Amino acid sequence: MRVPLSWIRDFTPVEAPVDELVAALNQLGLEVEEVVEPGRQIAGVVVAEVLEVTPHPNADKLTLVDIRTGAGETRVVCGATNVVAGMHVPYAGAGATLPGGFTLERRKIRGEVSDGMLCSAKELGLSDDHSGILGLDASTVPGADVRDVLGLDDVVFDLSITPNRPDAMCMIGVARELAAHFGLPLEVPESSVSSDAAVGQDVTVTIDAPDRCWWFLAWPMTVTMGASPDWMQKRLALAGMRPISNVVDVTNYVMLERNQPLHAFDLQRLAGPGIIVRLAKSREKMTTLDDVERTFTDEDLLVCDANSVPQGIAGIMGGQTSEVSESTTEVLLEAAYFERMGIAKTSKRLKLRSEASARFERGTDPDGVLRHMTRGVELLMEVAGAKPAKEPVDVRPHAPERPSITVRTSKVNRVLGTELTDAQVLDALAPLGIDVKGKGDKITAVPPSFRPDLEREIDMVEEIGRRIGFENIGRTVPKPQEQVGGLTHAQRDRRLAADALVGAGLFEAITLPLVPATDAENIVLVANPLRAEDAALRTDLLSGLLRAAATNHARGNPDIGLFEIGRVFLASNELLPEEPVHAAAVLSGTVRRGPVEDDRPVDVYDAVDALTVLLDALEIADHRLVASSPAGLHGGRTATVEISGQAAGWVGEVASNVAAGHEIEGRVVGFEVDLGQMLDAPRRDRAFVTPSPYPIASIDLAFVLDERVAAADVVATLHGSAPELLEEVSVFDEFRSGEFGATKRSLAFRLRYRAPDRTLKDAELDTLRQGAITAVQEAHEGDLRG
Amino acid sequence: MNLADAQSRLDAALQEARATIDAAETMDALDEATRRFVGKRSPAAEINEAIKGMDPADRPAVGQAVGAFKAEIAALEEERRAALAGDDESAAAEHERLDLTLGTHGVRHGHLHLVTQIQRELEDIFVGLGYRIAEGPEVEDDWHNFEALNIPPAHPARSMQDTIYVRLGTEEQVMLRTHTSPVQIRTMETHEPPIYVVAPGRTYRNETLDARHSPVFHQIECLAVDRNLTLADLFGTIEVFVRELFDDESVRTRFRSDFFPYTEPSAELAVSCVFCRGDGCRVCSHSGWIELGGCGMVDPNVFVAVGYDPEEWQGYAFGFGLERLAMIRYGIDEIRTFVENDVRFLARY
Repeated sequence: MRVPLSWIRDFTPVEAPVDELVAALNQLGLEVEEVVEPGRQIAGVVVAEVLEVTPHPNADKLTLVDIRTGAGETRVVCGATNVVAGMHVPYAGAGATLPGGFTLERRKIRGEVSDGMLCSAKELGLSDDHSGILGLDASTVPGADVRDVLGLDDVVFDLSITPNRPDAMCMIGVARELAAHFGLPLEVPESSVSSDAAVGQDVTVTIDAPDRCWWFLAWPMTVTMGASPDWMQKRLALAGMRPISNVVDVTNYVMLERNQPLHAFDLQRLAGPGIIVRLAKSREKMTTLDDVERTFTDEDLLVCDANSVPQGIAGIMGGQTSEVSESTTEVLLEAAYFERMGIAKTSKRLKLRSEASARFERGTDPDGVLRHMTRGVELLMEVAGAKPAKEPVDVRPHAPERPSITVRTSKVNRVLGTELTDAQVLDALAPLGIDVKGKGDKITAVPPSFRPDLEREIDMVEEIGRRIGFENIGRTVPKPQEQVGGLTHAQRDRRLAADALVGAGLFEAITLPLVPATDAENIVLVANPLRAEDAALRTDLLSGLLRAAATNHARGNPDIGLFEIGRVFLASNELLPEEPVHAAAVLSGTVRRGPVEDDRPVDVYDAVDALTVLLDALEIADHRLVASSPAGLHGGRTATVEISGQAAGWVGEVASNVAAGHEIEGRVVGFEVDLGQMLDAPRRDRAFVTPSPYPIASIDLAFVLDERVAAADVVATLHGSAPELLEEVSVFDEFRSGEFGATKRSLAFRLRYRAPDRTLKDAELDTLRQGAITAVQEAHEGDLRG
Repeated sequence: MNLADAQSRLDAALQEARATIDAAETMDALDEATRRFVGKRSPAAEINEAIKGMDPADRPAVGQAVGAFKAEIAALEEERRAALAGDDESAAAEHERLDLTLGTHGVRHGHLHLVTQIQRELEDIFVGLGYRIAEGPEVEDDWHNFEALNIPPAHPARSMQDTIYVRLGTEEQVMLRTHTSPVQIRTMETHEPPIYVVAPGRTYRNETLDARHSPVFHQIECLAVDRNLTLADLFGTIEVFVRELFDDESVRTRFRSDFFPYTEPSAELAVSCVFCRGDGCRVCSHSGWIELGGCGMVDPNVFVAVGYDPEEWQGYAFGFGLERLAMIRYGIDEIRTFVENDVRFLARY
């Protein structure tokens, strides 16, 4: 909200410098977003009267303008075509300064001396209008400073008002806060109207929805339409509103001054002379002032004429039919209190917000309607020649009582951490218009009707904190007594998982959980997506990581190793979806080792590496990879990750068409696992085993096996052949040959035996060797090679 | 042979040994040379053998002379061996030289995302203050995201939130959480006070990704509930926290009255600019202050919503955005940087 300082000073004599005012407003919670001082960069520009305009002897498009200021007569060269004798214009003489820091000098233009220049609205920084020299009112005095004439000497504060403070959405409200802060009086003159015009005597008001409309006043009057006076237009413009006509300007002026929206109907354009306030019928229609046809529900409140024809959406926007125009001669002025939630709901549903709806939905003053309306009528009499009826038609179905709130000084101090006295509590509240009395824990505070936010003791505590200033609150640090700070096991393990993947050389990514919709059964769809790409919640991390890889690829970063740990969303039988935490990685491009070793393209074992590091870091007790071919992944280079026998994800290579779809060249490998499932799985036994001091005995065995037999399964079988004595089994060679047949391969294993309590003897080793061979033959039909 | 003979032979042998040992060019030649003077059939061995036939009076002196001779040879050998070894090292340095700046085997350490780093940093500060870490779902219902936080339907505060709703439940019943505050509700619903927790996490706004807007960002939220927590406790906790965060004892905090439906009193939290020390710079928009987030005393209505007695319990809460903190600290000017995952950005932090 834009607040001109001059308007504030109508109500309180605040003289503090601008920076002090800004500090005060900020401290009070009326945040200053900008301070505009329109005249600050203008100096020495005065009113001049044009005496004579003659052609420039050397230029067709220029004229010589003789002018008179307070200091005498002079001549300027001018390029504008709207300058005529008798006109009053802004004149910047030699030495004057214009916005932008531009200082004028006397100089020759095409051979003729120009003593400064005449200014357009744009040159004065008032608007973008550069079509001609700004014409000033004929009543202005030559020589007067244009800053005074145009109101440019004012300071405008652009305030951001929090939604709980409707009272501060007007000049008087801001003035009240400043008056309280600086200990100054607040004086709002009482308006009165004395008139008895015979107009609108048959006007009636009926309220069919008394819970939604607590008070409705309709005041008929005759008016003379025209423009509002300069002073009013100037203030409206400074406050950011466009002047329209005297009648409309008055309604806006009162709203800005007092937070009471008013609406003026053209009385003669109402189908019946009166008002019915009622709920809309479902699908009832009306065209609003902004030329949009609106369709209503039976929860929307309408202001209708006496024939029940809709003439406005209550508290939000008037209708087109009864809009005041140049030809209006009789006005029915509306002032009302509408219930907040109703306005908020209709405004939200219609996506129609107005200055009026913003105020009604936050809460206007339910007791101030008549008083503020009277101010409006008073102004209409002044600026629109209004002749009102003696009094308005007044229907008030509901007059809310102001709550009486008990405030305990002890509670105030208990919340604020202060040691305020009763007197300090009372003194803090009274200047805000709160009626306070009593002492100790029996202070009663009755908030003013314009403060709907003050309902409870805690609201008063906040007001007291605000008034004494937060910088006067102490600083203490509480220490939790009944707990030890720390992370849970799961939180620590998630950190560990991330650290392990970082240790494996991967970079952590954070990708957008919003993805394009698919027809997956358990996908969660966004109800109000801004873009088709953001129409659903992710069900995996892979797609986001592929997009990140593609972005990097497109930016010339083809060598990628990314991981992400984050939630995916799966619709469930509950209201809220399941949110398992996944861990996933994507690698592509080249592993750079040259020239120490050869560079090589990323392959699927890089993904297995990363997964293995993760499994090892978390000490997962039981895991294995089982060849599988899920959709979107390479059918021959992918495995299901089984944790304790349960599928927990995959590791492998992304299908080439999927990678190509993301415009990623080369192979893309990765994994994705349910990290929560992993964290819940049994971990390796940590009981200590003394390392055996006896010598190791190594045996190498090679078997010819069907190629579909997984090496890891053979390793497991070998382990099983002598679980106590076989310390380690590793695969050290894979070999294919025509001799074995096309679907066979040879795998060579190194078996390292060691006993905890003795040196193994040759005979024992022979038995172990034979046991291992037999186990592989039986389990995998593997033939011992050579 | 008498003592004099033995002595003269040993002297002659020592002289020869000096020349021979110094002339040995390899370790093998050195071993060979040493054997010639102290091994079998060497002068030392022969004299040792001859001692039995000598005058008993001379025997100790001859024995000592032989011992001295052997020690001399050992010293000579040792000296030569060291010299030869030195030659070997320098030869190896010459022949086996590698340029260690040439490259690596490609082992790399990765990086945590900057947001994760900051989240951990904040978590650790609060853990040090005795807090625990609370978590909650990212898809929330109306009760936890709005209603229990004193934001009823059509409340003007809801217009402050640009909510992403999902197609679950009834219309506008389920949404991506717009703040981490619902974790406060879930924590209080499942725990008896006192409570001291922080809740970091991902939050959502219905915005299209661009330089200034992101549909996804991260917040951290602090909640403390105890019998007599005060506004002074809130301000004091924030003050020690920001000092630790910026590792600067001179950082000042500023609190200005603000409005949040779930706290009362409420304040906007700003810290003195750590870059310009309050003189005004680009980071603080020349104000000397950096707005970090919001804070306040838990509104009694929130306690009522979770079944706490607001007369018995008082609490405070505060929160702010992690991306914003990172942007301030490192001068990052586009929020989308955090979700683009350009490896040059990821590798930088």
